[in-house]
Amino acid sequence: MDVKVAIQQLRLSFGKKEVLKGIDLDIVKNRIYGLMGPSASGKSTLISVINKMISFEDGVTMSGSVLLDGEDIINGDIDEVSLRKRIGTVFATPTPLPRSIFENVAFGPRLNNSTSRAELHALVEQSLRKSFLWDEVKDRLQESAMKLSGGQQQRLCLARTLALNPEIILLDEPCSGLDPISTAKIEEALAELKDQHTIILVSNNTKQIARATDFVAFFYLGELIEFGATDKVFTTPAVRMTEEYIQGKFG
Amino acid sequence: MVSAFSSLLFLFIIFAFILGEGLPLFYKVGAGKIIFGFTWAPTKGFFGIFPMIISSYMVTLGALIFGAPLALGCATYLSEYASRKMKMFLKPALELLAGIPSVVYGFLGVVYVVPLIREYLGGPGFSILATSVVLGIMILPTIISISFDSLMSVPQTYREASVAMGATKWQTIYKVVLPAAQSGILASFILGMGRAVGETMAVIMVAGNALRIPMSLLDPLRTLTSNIALELAYAAGDHRSALFSTGVVLLIIIMLLNFIANFWVKRKVAG
Amino acid sequence: MRLNPRFTDKFVRAALLFQALFTVSILVFIVFIVFVKGAANITPEFIFSYPEDMGRHGGIFPAIVGTVFLAVLSIALATPLGVGTAIYLTEYTKESTLTRIIRFGVESLAGIPSIIYGLFGFIFFVIKLKLGWSLISGTLTIMIMVLPTIIRTAEEAIKSVPRNLRMVSFSLGATKWETVTKVVLPSAAPGILTGIMLSVGRAVSETAAVIFTMGSSLRLPTSLLDSGRTMAVHFYILAREGISLEKAYATALVLVVSILLINIVAYYTMNKMIARYN
Repeated sequence: MDVKVAIQQLRLSFGKKEVLKGIDLDIVKNRIYGLMGPSASGKSTLISVINKMISFEDGVTMSGSVLLDGEDIINGDIDEVSLRKRIGTVFATPTPLPRSIFENVAFGPRLNNSTSRAELHALVEQSLRKSFLWDEVKDRLQESAMKLSGGQQQRLCLARTLALNPEIILLDEPCSGLDPISTAKIEEALAELKDQHTIILVSNNTKQIARATDFVAFFYLGELIEFGATDKVFTTPAVRMTEEYIQGKFG
Repeated sequence: MVSAFSSLLFLFIIFAFILGEGLPLFYKVGAGKIIFGFTWAPTKGFFGIFPMIISSYMVTLGALIFGAPLALGCATYLSEYASRKMKMFLKPALELLAGIPSVVYGFLGVVYVVPLIREYLGGPGFSILATSVVLGIMILPTIISISFDSLMSVPQTYREASVAMGATKWQTIYKVVLPAAQSGILASFILGMGRAVGETMAVIMVAGNALRIPMSLLDPLRTLTSNIALELAYAAGDHRSALFSTGVVLLIIIMLLNFIANFWVKRKVAG
Repeated sequence: MRLNPRFTDKFVRAALLFQALFTVSILVFIVFIVFVKGAANITPEFIFSYPEDMGRHGGIFPAIVGTVFLAVLSIALATPLGVGTAIYLTEYTKESTLTRIIRFGVESLAGIPSIIYGLFGFIFFVIKLKLGWSLISGTLTIMIMVLPTIIRTAEEAIKSVPRNLRMVSFSLGATKWETVTKVVLPSAAPGILTGIMLSVGRAVSETAAVIFTMGSSLRLPTSLLDSGRTMAVHFYILAREGISLEKAYATALVLVVSILLINIVAYYTMNKMIARYN
């Protein structure tokens, strides 16, 4: 199997507080990975290490390594800006830029300045189709993105990420504020996207993890408690704590 | 990012040049003779600006006496009694009026306030009283705007708690809201004073510009700012330096006021 | 004697309302007088012709041109400096001794009265740099004078742009500079514009700092080194030297209307820009 991201003995502290305590995890190409665990388990922090958004936090110390296609993105001197073009992120709260729907999706490609107008239009349409939003917005692309509903906004954020054709898509609790129908649409989109992208989905919703992912990692207080194929972890968890979490006994 | 340091650079050269032109005279004739001197006859070697310092203080205080209660009452009404709609209309309207050029205030002072005083109270009309009234009106928007903001920033829960304990609206305002907004209100007064003490053209128009210590509210006077503006165009040599010395004294007074206002605002943030 | 609190309450309410109405009416009265007394003398000739006999007759065309030149030039110089400073303070540094010193500098500049700017501009630009009483001396002086307003409003506006938007921009592979120019500044534009408009208003209404740097020539300024008059200076001279009450009122009207218009346009565009995407 083709390993896309290899996380090795990753430790991370904010000041004196250690929030990732030696994580080892291999992420394979074209699969959907779920990261679950109660709050403060370190799953969102792990995501921000992969897209290097962690650089915007103060007082962070890290050790270990994270290899992206074999290249160390923690210790190596990698260009963070071009890295983030390869790794797309969808945040927990839908955050459209205060521009039109079209401009939102075109934002990333425009930064490269190399796309022609026709290509840009094609790219915007394609990205909106992939996130199952095209039919709802095709007649009002020039309207403000702020006018969309929360669920539509989140799919717009997904489309905006897709427009850069990222190798990896990180989703940090993307459905936490959404209704079940919007959630279903996003999950549907993800299922089709895994053919071309590697997807990491952070979620507090164990049912969503069970439905939408191929592999699952259960985190608790900065440690990786259990990892395995989603079917297996959900039917026969190896660790008692995982079982209790899945059954909703805590978290 | 060179631009970030431009303000510091400008501040530096402003001070360098004002002090550079104004300080030597303090050494030459003695600081005491300038600051506490009673006679201003710069072409004859007398550079006393004591009457102007006193006059500046008097009209600044006068402006506060006229302006502050009115402005605070207005701000209190706006924040505590006025409906949302009224606030939405009156706040920008008052801010709009803050943009009226000070020369217009001065001119209307000459046309309306000065004759009124001359007619009913006596004297030349150009007086401490006239200047205080005009400056008092000029500082209204400053005081209203800042004290309104600080009244509005008092948490709604304070008011609710007070009313829940059976206090009337006025008791709530007087005992809870005003004390909570105290530092912001004081800062607004100080900044209003800063505006009054620094005002020039309007003051020239209504003050009469006499070179002595005013002994009554109806006496004419000359402030530090008007002294500079009245004579700068034709002054030369030591005379010009003396105007910069006047500027130095003015700067010190302003800096002191700003320092006090900042201190109050900081304390408000900290507490 | 102890007053009934209910009665006190009503009385205070009435007293405060009276104060508020009194304050507003003073200010309305000022505008009203200027309109009534000025309107009679406003004619197309007054706006478009040259003054004669020190301004006793004729119009104020050179003063209008002088005002526009001074305001446009000084704001055009102050805006990049001010917005640049605000960007530096908010986006490119962490809070430190240096930023505190810069902020102190900005606050101090803001507190300096305009006559001191006049003194400084006179000695520095007019005399030391030998620029004379000229449009350029006036422009540079006013530029420094309005700088703190632009910095402070721009800083507030930039600070109020949600952190989320910045994060989204970075996550899409934008550099710091791209994030600032494409996301932060457009979102902060209404606030920045307010500051700019306030500064235009200050430049237009300023007298003390202008008269000693730009001078008071009644000719039409045609180069940066020409002296000229703004409407505020013209009004001051007309009123102070008792040249013509009618012309003074008319000039005041043009002045006040321009300032009201600047403010109203700023207010309107700001609301429109905010409403556009929200």
